[in-house]
Amino acid sequence: MINAISKAFNLAKKESRPALLTYTVAGDNTKKNSLKILKAISKYADICEVGFPHNTPIADGGQIQTSSFRAIKNGVKIKDVFKIVKDFKLSEFSKPVILMGYFNMVLQYGQNKFLNDCKKNKIDGLIIVDLPWPENKKFANRCKKRSISFVQLISPTTSKNRLSSIIKESHNMIYYISMLSTTGGKLKVSPKKIILNYKKIKRINPKKNCVIGFGITEKSISKLKSADGLVVGSAICKEITSSLNNGQNPVTKVSNMVKKLKNKIL
Amino acid sequence: MKLKKNISVLDQHDKFGFWGGKFGGNFVPETLKKPINDLEALFDKLKKNKKFLSERDYYFKNWVGAPTRFIKLSNLTKHVGGAEIWSKVVSDANGGAHKIYNATVHCLLAKKSGKRIICGDTGAGYAGKMLSMAAKKFGLKCKIFMGAKDIKRQQPNVKAIKSNGAEIIPVYSGSQTLVDAVSECMRFWVANCDTTAMCVGSTVGPNIFVKICGWSTSQISRELKIQILNEFGKIPKRLKLYNCVGGGSSSFGFWHEFMDYNKKQVEFIGVEAGGPSKSKKHAAPLTYGSKVGVLHGAAQYVNQNLEGQIEETESISAGLDYPGVSPLHCFLKDTKRARYTAASDEDALKAFKIVSKYESIRPSLEPSHAFSVAISEAKKLSKNTIVIVNSCGDAYKDRKILKKKLGVKL
Repeated sequence: MINAISKAFNLAKKESRPALLTYTVAGDNTKKNSLKILKAISKYADICEVGFPHNTPIADGGQIQTSSFRAIKNGVKIKDVFKIVKDFKLSEFSKPVILMGYFNMVLQYGQNKFLNDCKKNKIDGLIIVDLPWPENKKFANRCKKRSISFVQLISPTTSKNRLSSIIKESHNMIYYISMLSTTGGKLKVSPKKIILNYKKIKRINPKKNCVIGFGITEKSISKLKSADGLVVGSAICKEITSSLNNGQNPVTKVSNMVKKLKNKIL
Repeated sequence: MKLKKNISVLDQHDKFGFWGGKFGGNFVPETLKKPINDLEALFDKLKKNKKFLSERDYYFKNWVGAPTRFIKLSNLTKHVGGAEIWSKVVSDANGGAHKIYNATVHCLLAKKSGKRIICGDTGAGYAGKMLSMAAKKFGLKCKIFMGAKDIKRQQPNVKAIKSNGAEIIPVYSGSQTLVDAVSECMRFWVANCDTTAMCVGSTVGPNIFVKICGWSTSQISRELKIQILNEFGKIPKRLKLYNCVGGGSSSFGFWHEFMDYNKKQVEFIGVEAGGPSKSKKHAAPLTYGSKVGVLHGAAQYVNQNLEGQIEETESISAGLDYPGVSPLHCFLKDTKRARYTAASDEDALKAFKIVSKYESIRPSLEPSHAFSVAISEAKKLSKNTIVIVNSCGDAYKDRKILKKKLGVKL
């Protein structure tokens, strides 16, 4: 499947660096600002993950929870999420977009309707945190039919057998969870160990793009740059929160941060 | 959707863990797949192991205090004037509620798996109290997640948890009640599943937790069946089993052994929390026709908005204050094996007043919901109908609320 996501990885590879993936919650801290943030960081980010906020997240740590609750409080609905992404994709700053969230939101919206609207709004990929393999087989196929990448997750606890099956059924991107943690936990495993586990995945199929996420910050990102891609989420959400607390502009603060992140992996 | 006979409901799910093809399952992050598979394998092995079963029975008998009493409420029967009203006094169990069965089994499993720490959620504080007791008994370190609002309204249980040496982690997110405590506990498990076992406090959560809890609380109906046979010589022709339903662990355990009887002979009535009569909020997804959604790893009827955001609940009883309900109960509802209805906060308080006036038991606010419906229905039933209410919790933990609302001192 050659879609915009694969192209983004190819471009990064040509430049001998990992792709930089950012995660922000749609509507955080306002609908307008979240679009502004996407546009501002797109200069440095290769792929933008955009969260559709859920109020009962079972895999997110404090930072993303705070961003999600802020967005929900601001009245962000799925249709707003689509609108933000559409406006971003139609702008001159457009980058590949992966929507990320929990299955109940998709279920209530209607699975086919959700996927059709993803297609209509030019969404390139999907991560559904609580729809693991093999439960996600049907849904992943529905994505494939619409040329939307369904991103499979792999964790340090994933068994060998599962690993091969998941990689085999994955599309063009795999997400390796760096450690046992909710999003944004303190990195409790050494970057060396994380890269070792990452390589196990790459050995099974070197062609699949594999990104590492969870707990990556300005401090640790450079030590992981041998990966195909690196995701920074909670650190960005935290930056939004602290800029709001300090009366600063979240758009410039986040943009500066992502610029720094990019510089560390060049 | 059909209920099978001669096979436990607990085992009537498909290979993905769904009852009736749509309730339950395992909607969990990838990280939890392995610990869940490990727990499934361990439980499947041990539930057939005679040594493990006798170990369970030993602790149930000598530590939990099985069997709990089965008593006729003669004064209440006379006052109501209709069916014979009985109670299974599950609050006799060590710690004062049915949560002890699930906690004991989870601690036994944790020991077998070599885990040294166990974490759990709690609403009314009973699940937390029992888990802290069992953890102490079996030498495990214990962490209890509890909503900040519940910590305020269930102080006696909070004190008990602390005195058992467990750590209480207050949860400030969302509505600061049970739903948030379960989420936070699951998040903690995601980050610590290599060293820590998790006990979900009711028949909710990913498939295996529903099964372990239902299997554990089924002790209630195993005892009850023997007690009924001793008392009546047979299963009565008209038997009605009333139980409150929050997550649904006590009601499932109260009904399990009677599942194969025709519902005309043995009827199950589940009573959900209707909330304050003036409020639109409730904790009764089965009664008020909530839609199927995913909460805490399982598909179930759940209070939610059109977008799939879980809605806040409201109930005077912290133990029933949960937006979802066990997949088992969803299955029993859709197969029409059980009937579900709701009682309001005011109904429950009134029922507590009546029961404690006429009898020497003092049901907590949770079973008071069941008593409320049982009393009003018993009036219209024939004298040869046997009504049994599971008094699954003791009111001591509610004494602050009861004093404020009814001026009763416990």
